[in-house]
Amino acid sequence: MSFITANWNPLGEAFYRKTELYEMSWSLRDGLRDSLVAAAPYGGPIALLREPHRRSPSSRPQLEIYSASGVSIASFPWKSGPVVQVGWTVSDELLLVQEDGSVLIYDVFGTFKRHFSMGQEVVQSQVLEAQVFHSPYGTGVAIVTGSSRFTLATNIDDLKLRRLPEVPGLQGKPVCWLVLTQDRQTKVLLSTGPDLYILDNTSCTAVSPPGLGPQSGSIIHMSVSFSYKYLALFTETGHLWTGPSHLQDKLNEVDTKNTKPPQQMVWCRRPKSQQPSVVLLWDKLLMVVGVRQDNIQFPIEEPCVLVGELDGVRILSSSQQELLQEVPLVCQEIFKIASMAPGALLLEAHREYQKSSQKADEYLREIKEQSMLGEAVRQCVEAAGHEYDSITQKDLLRAASFGKCFLTDFVPDPFVLTCRELRVLNSVRESSVGLPLTHTQFKQMTLQVLIDRLVYRQFYPLAIEICRYLKIPDYQGVSRVLKHWASCKVQQKDLTDEAIARAVCVKVGDSPGVSYSHIAAKAYECGRTELAIKLLDFEARSGEQVPLLLKMKRSQLALSKAVESGDTDLVYTVVTYLKNEMNRGDFFMTLRNQPVALSLYRQFCKLQEQETLKDLYNQDDDHQELANYQVTASYREKRLDSRLSLLQSAVDEYNKAKNEFSAKATEDEMRLLRFQRKLDDEKGAGLLGLSLQATMEALLALGLHKQAEQLYRDFRVPDKRYWWLKLKSLAEKEEWEELEKFSKSKKSPIGYLAFVDVCMKSNNRFEAKKYVSKVMPEQRVRAHLAVSDLEGAADAAIERKNESEMALVLSRSSASDRLLIDRLNRAATVAKK
Amino acid sequence: MAHSARRDCPELPDFSLLKRLARDQLIYLLEQLPGKKDLFIEPDLMSPLDRIANVSTLKQHEVDKLYKVEYKPVISTSDQLCFLIRPRIQTVKWICDVANADKAAGKFRRYKIIFTPQKFYSCDAVLEEQGIIGEYVTTDEWSFYLLPLDDDIISLELPEFFRDNFLAGDQRWVRTAGSALHLLHSLYGPFSKIYGIGRCSKMAYESWREQVAEGEQRAQKAEIGKVFLIDRDVDFVTPLCSQVVYEGLVDDIFRIKCGCVEFGPEVTSTDKSMKVMLNSQDKVFNEIRNEHFSNVFGFLSQKARNLQTAYDKRRGMDIKQMKTFVSDELKGLKQEHRLLSLHIGASESIMKKKTKQDFQELLKTEHSLLEGFEIRESISFIEEHINRQVSMIESLRLLCLLSITENGLLPKDFRSLKTQYLQSYGVDHLLTFANLRQLGLLVEQQPGETMTVMESKVGKLVNDKTGGKLTDAFSSLARKSHFRALSRKLNLVPKSDEEYDLRVPRDMAYIFSGAYVPLSCKLVEQVLDRDGWTGLEEVTKLLNGHEFAVTGNNGADSKAKSDAQRIVLVMFLGGCTFSEISALRFLGRERGFRFIVVTTAITNSSRILESLLDNHV
Repeated sequence: MSFITANWNPLGEAFYRKTELYEMSWSLRDGLRDSLVAAAPYGGPIALLREPHRRSPSSRPQLEIYSASGVSIASFPWKSGPVVQVGWTVSDELLLVQEDGSVLIYDVFGTFKRHFSMGQEVVQSQVLEAQVFHSPYGTGVAIVTGSSRFTLATNIDDLKLRRLPEVPGLQGKPVCWLVLTQDRQTKVLLSTGPDLYILDNTSCTAVSPPGLGPQSGSIIHMSVSFSYKYLALFTETGHLWTGPSHLQDKLNEVDTKNTKPPQQMVWCRRPKSQQPSVVLLWDKLLMVVGVRQDNIQFPIEEPCVLVGELDGVRILSSSQQELLQEVPLVCQEIFKIASMAPGALLLEAHREYQKSSQKADEYLREIKEQSMLGEAVRQCVEAAGHEYDSITQKDLLRAASFGKCFLTDFVPDPFVLTCRELRVLNSVRESSVGLPLTHTQFKQMTLQVLIDRLVYRQFYPLAIEICRYLKIPDYQGVSRVLKHWASCKVQQKDLTDEAIARAVCVKVGDSPGVSYSHIAAKAYECGRTELAIKLLDFEARSGEQVPLLLKMKRSQLALSKAVESGDTDLVYTVVTYLKNEMNRGDFFMTLRNQPVALSLYRQFCKLQEQETLKDLYNQDDDHQELANYQVTASYREKRLDSRLSLLQSAVDEYNKAKNEFSAKATEDEMRLLRFQRKLDDEKGAGLLGLSLQATMEALLALGLHKQAEQLYRDFRVPDKRYWWLKLKSLAEKEEWEELEKFSKSKKSPIGYLAFVDVCMKSNNRFEAKKYVSKVMPEQRVRAHLAVSDLEGAADAAIERKNESEMALVLSRSSASDRLLIDRLNRAATVAKK
Repeated sequence: MAHSARRDCPELPDFSLLKRLARDQLIYLLEQLPGKKDLFIEPDLMSPLDRIANVSTLKQHEVDKLYKVEYKPVISTSDQLCFLIRPRIQTVKWICDVANADKAAGKFRRYKIIFTPQKFYSCDAVLEEQGIIGEYVTTDEWSFYLLPLDDDIISLELPEFFRDNFLAGDQRWVRTAGSALHLLHSLYGPFSKIYGIGRCSKMAYESWREQVAEGEQRAQKAEIGKVFLIDRDVDFVTPLCSQVVYEGLVDDIFRIKCGCVEFGPEVTSTDKSMKVMLNSQDKVFNEIRNEHFSNVFGFLSQKARNLQTAYDKRRGMDIKQMKTFVSDELKGLKQEHRLLSLHIGASESIMKKKTKQDFQELLKTEHSLLEGFEIRESISFIEEHINRQVSMIESLRLLCLLSITENGLLPKDFRSLKTQYLQSYGVDHLLTFANLRQLGLLVEQQPGETMTVMESKVGKLVNDKTGGKLTDAFSSLARKSHFRALSRKLNLVPKSDEEYDLRVPRDMAYIFSGAYVPLSCKLVEQVLDRDGWTGLEEVTKLLNGHEFAVTGNNGADSKAKSDAQRIVLVMFLGGCTFSEISALRFLGRERGFRFIVVTTAITNSSRILESLLDNHV
């Protein structure tokens, strides 16, 4: 294990190491020469455009996309215009900036997504140089045109082009330039040779880096760190100036003794490390320059490309890929030769323990004496995270595990978490997946994003395994992966609808958060309507199915799903849609099969479109409702003849509905109306519209007995009703003679108690008494009481030997009526016996 | 009745929170339209609004003038109009007219329409059709679902729920009911058990479940344990009976509106009418509201005597005692005195109307119908009632009661009674009869069990998924009442030969003078007793099914025998009567439950029947 430090190179107080990430699995014929190469940070994919400047149509340049490990993902001839720059967005989409200012966006599989233009004027002036940069707002593009003007787009997903002000004295493209993001503003820093300018939205300001004397010459290369915090400037005399990017201060100035401009210059810095350094790449030399004068030099054998990362620099060549980084402090402490750090001792103790040597105990004691065991375990765990080699990781973790056995209050979480995360990292670092993420990068990009990337690259099984392994809640984990998988699956052209639907259903099942309607929408987008319908069937929330079904013109199905959902607004949406889409007949037929929708529409029509309502009933042959409709309509009609004709059609409809009762009643009404009209004309009686009862009342009140009689006969008014009516009417008019005559006309069907009551209501006891004798025996007591004839009541009660009646009379008699009371009491006793 | 109460009744949750929430949201909405504005309020929202925010609150938020929506041209000088309305097409159309008239007159105004409790798509459709939705017309929703009328009564104040849902088959309010339930659940839940019966209840329950699934429930201590949902059409008999409990009687005679009643001069014995809030704050009312009317007078006179004694204490007091008497007691006594005289006035007025021979006979007929005795006499009573034109609604009520209890009328009676009714009140009631028939309230006895035309039509359609629902829909339309069988199974009509002491009621039948235990409340009692519907299979079959009992998903809480488990929320979809509330209060006292009644509206026989009249369209 001692050779772990073999590839460590000291620089100032720190060490730098180059770790091999991959033997590249690609086989590039011409290496990286003559190609535009773009590799996305965070171990992202690599895009290669061969000979971008070749313009003859016969041999088009080839665009190739590889994973970070060199596995080919896509490759196709570039048919569009000449490309100036290639770059990746934060979400791993490929950007190609063309000479004419148009930017084409492809996904990682080389599928064209969309394009946009950097401005009309660019078509004329052409793009001279372009840069793709990342800012807090997303991915941006900056270009400099033939007319020496800069145009910026800070976020390509929310495209807003900004043309920056002119740079004084600039002809053609600047010597070098880059994009800075400072204070939430995006600026361009450029060197015209002698002068250095900062360009922002409104102004162009000349700046000079503090401490960089004019003797250093003009700036010919510049680089900004990953976090936009530090700036490195390379001058024509071979001096390298470093400082914070706000140019207020200076970190260092080093003479590289190399006046040739470097091919690439990249910051190499680990977060929180105090020692930034810059990596410069020349043809045959790679140089790491630190804060002091010393540097590390590596010879280079083949053309390379540097990829700046959060915590290091990836060096990409046609045969291999290496990671150059500062050795993390904790690793230094553990692995530095003759280190006495607790972690180093613990690692040693564990090694001895494995050899069954008692030295293990000595080491342990030593750590424990300093009570540093906890710290030792922490160091081992942390260092394991930083190591790329799985054997070293295991050694460190085993040592940590060994150490924590001797601790009583150890919190296991960091240990467990690191073990899990390392396992995930190792699996994504596999050459077949090709995501060479360091632990620091992983923490920065978060697990969610990692899963997104895996999904994006279609490593679905791995993504699901990771979600399950790390126990991410389904909603954010497995379900999300499945959703993407299914959306991708439905695009597979070589499978039948059946097979896909089944496959999707089996896999997705009812995972929470996966919306079948979403998947179906995807299928429909790819033109697979049948599949979409099959998939929609699995959607549990019927409400979700409706909008898509409508879009697919499956309106009938949409309607029944809307009804199922129980959401009337949804039903209504579909109904309105259908109304506009279909012809009336079909529309009504559709509604007919959906009572809920039908009643909803009816409600609407009742208020909005009365005529439609009629058509609806007609369509349904719903004669009953049609008739009711006509009756309702007749009440709105002022003129009698139109009213009658409406009623006549109501009668017809009632007959068709076999509702004889209603037909008859309506006919009677028509008869009554005509009768009323006649009398109104003749006598001005004002009867029209009254009910039969009210008409008769009115007639009697007017003294038109004959006409009332006629109605009574014509409409077969029950005797009882007529008698009540006449009785009341006569009493009200106090026509007592008429009343007596009436009482004698025939035997009263309502008895004679009613006569008594009616007279008493008009306070006419005299008339009332006339009828008492006619009252039936069982009501006679009440009749006597009604006219306040206690004697008579008592007589009647005694005669009928009815106890309760006697009691009733008793209760009414006043105490002074001794005689009567005695008589009643006696009779009551007799009756009881 | 207070003496028979169990003492361990749990405390009711505080529902004033609902008012506060509604007020805050309303204020927020008003502030969305900054500056002075005139507010137009739908008439039936006036009283509910008054309970939530008074005029001064509205004025504070720059409401200038208040108008009632009257479907007339607007006379307002304000350049901002705000409308607070129910989601009804008619009102929306009127607003369109207003806006269009302004446009024609070249008047520029801003309009804001606030729908409560929610907006329907049809409203938007009308606005769009009229082309007035846009920058100057904005719409919003005031999700004011629940109005607490009293400590234990919450109303949705949606009387149209009944007609729309049960008659027109328009289910748009179901989601509203679900949302109301969701609101209660999120504030006072989680519920541990949900029971229900009826199609609409089931749909409301499902709508609620859906909303629960969409949102997240905060972990909290449940204040309401159990919920019982019931459709009004499960039990039509109860609301069609004459009410004889004090609060019910006051509602039948004076019409309580939104917890408030207007007593006319005959009650106040002055020349003015007086509006009185009827709730548990009114100490006198609180003690008599649940009493059978025959006890009320005795109680009131006892109370009057007590009051007199309290006043009499003054005599023989020295100055100091008098001083404390005046400052401590007099105000309370005066207040009580005022209320007492009001209720005595009301009782006298009720007595005048209800103790007449007619009313006694009416009650007797009702009881015979419930018992199923002397049907012929009852029919002739009803006939006479119609012939003498006693009351349009009352006659209809008796007809319906007859039809439900007898499982339909004999064809001969059916025709003759209907003819006579039409002769009395006009042929336009043909439409009323059509509505009653559709609801199963007034039907003809079917000879044998032949499929009706309607049903066979439906039968043809039963081939797809929705078929089941279709038949359900229709079977409930042409459904039968099985009152007699239900009454036997659940023992709803106590044996008549026993004396029933209304002073010391022994069961819920006291609310109908001991003649009938309300079916709706009996179901609640049985289901709570059995913790579900097991053993009630025959009953639910007679009631057309749609029953459910679901255990809530709060595993830990359901086991706990906390007080909340004895707080039961009963939700009536389609309205409930004061008598039913009284019966539930009685049941609660007997069993140590507290019932909270949530209803789409307070109803009674007149309101139900008036909503089914069709001569106003």
